[in-house]
Amino acid sequence: MSYAISVNGQVHHVEDDGQTPLLWVLRDTLKLTGTKYGCGVAQCGACTVHVDGTPTRSCTLPLEVAASARITTIESIEGVEAQAIRGAWVARDVPQCGFCQSGQIMSAVALLRTLKTPTDRDIDVAMSGNICRCATYNRIRAAIHDAAAQLGTAR
Amino acid sequence: MRWRRSPSEPRRGRLRVGRWLFATFAAMIAATLVYALYPRPMPQTQAIQIREPQLDLERLRAVAEFAAIADLDQRSIALFEEAGRVIQHPRCMNCHPRTDRPTQTDAMRPHRPWVSRGPDGAGEPTLRCSTCHGATNFESSGVPGNPMWMLAPIEMAWHGKTLGEICRQLLDPARSHMSREELLQHMSEDALVGWAWHPGGGRKPAPGTQAEFGAIIKAWLDTGGKCPA
Ligand code: FES
Ligand code: FES
Repeated sequence: MSYAISVNGQVHHVEDDGQTPLLWVLRDTLKLTGTKYGCGVAQCGACTVHVDGTPTRSCTLPLEVAASARITTIESIEGVEAQAIRGAWVARDVPQCGFCQSGQIMSAVALLRTLKTPTDRDIDVAMSGNICRCATYNRIRAAIHDAAAQLGTAR
Repeated sequence: MRWRRSPSEPRRGRLRVGRWLFATFAAMIAATLVYALYPRPMPQTQAIQIREPQLDLERLRAVAEFAAIADLDQRSIALFEEAGRVIQHPRCMNCHPRTDRPTQTDAMRPHRPWVSRGPDGAGEPTLRCSTCHGATNFESSGVPGNPMWMLAPIEMAWHGKTLGEICRQLLDPARSHMSREELLQHMSEDALVGWAWHPGGGRKPAPGTQAEFGAIIKAWLDTGGKCPA
């Protein structure tokens, strides 16, 4: 079946089964490979995208549901929070292998949009669904604090 | 005495062996070629048949089967004990935890990833249940879903309680937040409760059907709603 799907502000017409996970559509059909396939069963967070602004695991979102929403992927995440996160990520050299990082960043940006100055616990809660095989957790947490502080002074 | 064979003898022997080796070799190559070139149908793309796991479905006893218990209180207790097979089933218990964290699987182990009930039972504001759980079960990822996916309030915790304690808790509006009518409706009609009989993903459903379970709850309430010790 054909679905019109809005990804990163652009409407794409895709011909796929409605039960196809959005992650497959993003990576295989639209060639947006920034979003990663880690587990396919909602356990790792590597596939996190924003669905109508809310972080969501694209491996467990059927195309037929995603088609009625606005999808944002790592390729086009923007805004002050995304900029602050990017700066902090670069300054702290957060990624190691990098595989989990697009998912981490999508969750971190959403966290800063919800909570301006997250505590360590807030970060743990929001980020607990994002696994990092390289265990960059300490740098991730520090970078989120940096980004929050930077947003605080900019405001 | 001859110390040496005549030079022609071994050569003839060698030649015979060589001929044999060559013949065997040629036969092997011919056999391999015949095997490799023999026409056979190319594999075709086929739809994979989804194999429904063979789950041994457990039935619930019908209300009529309890009529033989003459003592009304005893019958009421027996009915609730039958309902307890559903209530204490992992499909129901997993979302009635005594902590802020749900459990999962038949082993009722802590939910992975780490999640917490949050202010409304549907997750923390920054990690909602809906981050992963959609409106329906999703077979591709195996993640279960329902539009109302959430935890039961902590006052309705069932983990670590006996069936008698759960029974008294259900009948206490302060903790169940439900009148008896609402309780009956919750058990027999609520769509999220109904998920327990259609859990998808190879998960074992609760015994019987929601309608049969509702009938048992109704018969239990009609017989005075008595609780096991
Ligand atoms: S790939 Fe989606 S959570 Fe792991
Ligand atoms: S940086 Fe390697 S998995 Fe996170």
